Amino acid sequence: MPDLLIELFSEEIPARMQARAAADLKKLVTDGLVEAGLTYASAGAFSTPRRLALTVEDLTADSKAVREERKGPRTDAPAKALEGFLRSTGLSQDQLERRDLGKKGEVFFAIIEKPGRPAADIVAEVLENAIRNFPWPKSMKWGSGSLKWVRPLHRILCILTDEAGAEIVPLDVDGIASADRTEGHRFLAPQDFAVTSFEDYSTKLKRAKVVLDAAERADHIWADATSQAFAQGLEIVEDKGLLAEVAGLVEWPVVLMGDIDETFLGLPPEVLQTSMKEHQKFFSVRNPKTGRIEKFVTVANVETEDNGATILAGNQKVLFARLSDAKFFWENDLRIAKGEKMQPWLDALDNVTFHNKLGSQKERIDRIAALAEEIAPFVDANPKLARQAAEVAKADLSSEMIYEFPELQGLMGRYYAEAAGLPAEVANAAEEHYSPLGPSDDVPTTPVSVAVSLADKIDTLTGFWWIDEKPTGSKDPFALRRATLGCIRLIVENSVRFPIKNLALVGFTENMMSRLKEDNIRQSQNIADAAAILSVEKEEVERLIQGEFRTALTVPSDKAVIQFFEKVMDSSVSSDLLSFFHDRLKVFLKDKGIRHDVIDACIAMEGNDDLTLLVKRAEALSETLKTEDGANLIQGFKRANNILSKEEDKDGVSYELDPKVELAETDEEKTLFTALDTAEAKITPAMEAEDFATAMAAMAELRAPIDAFFEAVKINADSQIVRRNRLCLLNRIRVICGGVADLTKLEG
Amino acid sequence: MADTTTPTSFQEIILRLQSYWAAQGCAVMQPYDMEVGAGTFHPATTLRSLGSNAWAAAYVQPSRRPTDGRYGENPNRLQHYYQYQVLIKPSPPQMQDLYLGSLKAIGIDFTVHDIRFVEDDWESPTLGAWGLGWEVWCDGMEVSQFTYFQQVGGHDCKPVSGELTYGLERLAMYILGVDHVMDMPYNDPTAPIALTYGDVFRQTEEEYSRWNFDVADTDTLLQHFKDAEAECQRILAAPYDDPKTGKRIVMAHPAYDQAIKASHLFNLLDARGVISVTERQAYIGRVRALSKACADAFVASEAGGFTPEAA
Repeated sequence: MPDLLIELFSEEIPARMQARAAADLKKLVTDGLVEAGLTYASAGAFSTPRRLALTVEDLTADSKAVREERKGPRTDAPAKALEGFLRSTGLSQDQLERRDLGKKGEVFFAIIEKPGRPAADIVAEVLENAIRNFPWPKSMKWGSGSLKWVRPLHRILCILTDEAGAEIVPLDVDGIASADRTEGHRFLAPQDFAVTSFEDYSTKLKRAKVVLDAAERADHIWADATSQAFAQGLEIVEDKGLLAEVAGLVEWPVVLMGDIDETFLGLPPEVLQTSMKEHQKFFSVRNPKTGRIEKFVTVANVETEDNGATILAGNQKVLFARLSDAKFFWENDLRIAKGEKMQPWLDALDNVTFHNKLGSQKERIDRIAALAEEIAPFVDANPKLARQAAEVAKADLSSEMIYEFPELQGLMGRYYAEAAGLPAEVANAAEEHYSPLGPSDDVPTTPVSVAVSLADKIDTLTGFWWIDEKPTGSKDPFALRRATLGCIRLIVENSVRFPIKNLALVGFTENMMSRLKEDNIRQSQNIADAAAILSVEKEEVERLIQGEFRTALTVPSDKAVIQFFEKVMDSSVSSDLLSFFHDRLKVFLKDKGIRHDVIDACIAMEGNDDLTLLVKRAEALSETLKTEDGANLIQGFKRANNILSKEEDKDGVSYELDPKVELAETDEEKTLFTALDTAEAKITPAMEAEDFATAMAAMAELRAPIDAFFEAVKINADSQIVRRNRLCLLNRIRVICGGVADLTKLEG
Repeated sequence: MADTTTPTSFQEIILRLQSYWAAQGCAVMQPYDMEVGAGTFHPATTLRSLGSNAWAAAYVQPSRRPTDGRYGENPNRLQHYYQYQVLIKPSPPQMQDLYLGSLKAIGIDFTVHDIRFVEDDWESPTLGAWGLGWEVWCDGMEVSQFTYFQQVGGHDCKPVSGELTYGLERLAMYILGVDHVMDMPYNDPTAPIALTYGDVFRQTEEEYSRWNFDVADTDTLLQHFKDAEAECQRILAAPYDDPKTGKRIVMAHPAYDQAIKASHLFNLLDARGVISVTERQAYIGRVRALSKACADAFVASEAGGFTPEAA
């Protein structure tokens, strides 16, 4: 059983592509080998900046001969059928066999014989294929050739090794012939050498100053960096992405720790960290006592005669220039934050377009401020503070620091708001209002931040809905799904009681008013758009904008305004946004293990735009269904509901009268009456208190009496009076259970 | 034998690069006599990277970026600076080694320095060009751009050229250990009349910064832009056959001069702050259209690989 070793040696492969490329090489080659009839015990792939390597162990030496018999069309079938069969088998008609299958007639058979092939032939073919069809995210040509690779490919090492020794698998890809040779480190050991096996290869590489395994390089970097830091009472700021990237930039990692000039230690740690990481790929070294970044770690690719002194000096020099820039930005920014309370930045945002149909960033901020003020009372925030926070939360977008490092948005906003002497809640909101960005990102919990964050997202959603720029399929250029999930989490995780429809109402209204404030040319179009969306006359929209229009959702005074609100609430754009929320909510709850039909059963109830209520209901129902009583009760409910619906259809009436216990004949029937009374007495107050768990537990207690009832009692009694009474009893089951959730939506 | 000592002046670094690349067989060319934003604009790179003819050239190119002007005060920002440019077509298999040889030639010792090839793909929207390659780091400092051209002027490069660009001031400052560009020795610091970079360029940096940012007449610049664009289109519209000589003369280079002019005028307008964000894309598109048309013309010329037989 031979072992296979492949190495593709090229000019420097981008760090971000290496791990994926190694995995792709492994998949392409091993899949190809298996498809050609070979088997193997194990395989491993590796990458360095200059090479992709693959080892495959215990490969079968030959593929087995295969004899395949394929049944074709009947001999009297139309010519087309035969043609197709010949094409698919690659045979001619005289190579086919005719066999009499009795009743099924005479049928063509193709006998396809595939002789076994030596592994070397297969490997050569599979590897050439893999090289020619390699899925690089970006590839290129070089010289006069037409072969494509991520950067020029120089060597193909491909050998099969068994007890007898190693043999080169012969192949030639556009003039690059396979061999058993590779090269060491570019500077430390540039000579080429032959290898005989994977073990020999990795040993010789290490001697030639190349650590083949990226994980080993990363481990070495991390271990060395942390121990150098520890020796000075410091710690490395963990950054897995950076570690992986740096491990892809070196074949022989040499960790060097350097100093950050005193003059920069006053910069915010995040600025130091971002500048060092983005520009220089340095790790930050922190003093755990002060939290300050005091040193850096860089990873060189060489061991030098002066132990890295020159390299470190050079890197420090580059860092000095970079941080001088950062310090310049920081000081300029602070001057504007402290001296002018960020006003020039806010003015500048008037000239920054947010979206050509949704106006400038300044207009957007005005809307968010109005929204935050409206939302504030519902999240226990001070409305004035919420407005103030929203007004300055995006000021940092105009700062020099954010121009240089956009990823620091929000964070710099906090520093600058603090520098401007604004309240802590306002500074917090500047940083937190973008959150949550992803499903695992923390949700803001302080009231002012919640208000501004919700306002920000609601403005985005209602704005894009208003101009009909909704996500389609996989396209979501404005990240509206993320904004929706953000709203859901903000609402649910903070138990906010503010129905989506009302949130949407304030959002739509602010957006519409902001559009209608535009210049005259655009205004008539905007009025027409608004009238179309709300299905009202243009004059009605005009009347509204002439008046002193404030959304003031909490106390709408003007009758026309109230009517107008109703139009917005009833518009299709509003219900469309709500159903988008419900779709996102299903995804959100599914991740929490709640079935989609359970959610549907709750969405079908009143108040389904109050997401906190909706989620509480769904959680309670989901828990109830997990109990034996709960699951069985649903069956009983469905049985009652089905019988009742059927009889109602048949009789053309609704059995909605109160059933009379006096007409009950059996004990089971009487017990059910009592049980329903008991349940109702518990459910009604529980529902009023929105205590779904108690209500559903009470409902589940009905399981036994309902089951017993169906066991013992025949609904369609001979006496019409008894029958009607029993149907009305079923109706009570339907009403009591149906008040908790629409159980008919449940599956199974 | 190459000099392995450390150079002592800006000009010595240039001279060493010139003799190194001459020794590698490149035609050492002179700077193009027009204002350009980067060495790539020299027709010895842009146009010669097109078509099937082999080519090898190296040269210094003065480059102008009006928006980078800092009145000579910033330690490493200049509105006028020098790039060293190498173009070899087809790119030889040992291109990286040739490049590393040039670093050695200017005194970079690989036993103490850390040289790295870090992914950096190059794209020039005004030239309609892109390529894959790296920025080359020496001890964490970017010292060159190394690109395999894939497309220029909208044409696939076949064969592919290997292109190197050295930012000479930054590279020289690092090698010479200077912190402010104006302090850098321009000629031999022991010469009887020793000159620094500042002696040569401080005043011009001031003068051009003022002109670029505040004085240049934008109406005139705008008119020049339109004129260059129109002239470029007019030249290219002329038939290839010259009625006077009876020869086939494709005027790719005169047309390309106008494209270069338009590109620089756009940069000047940009520095004057009169181009809005939305207009910017439109201007870039107009220059790109000119570059592409010039590239089309060049590949229809002899230097661009046109042969009468193939036509």
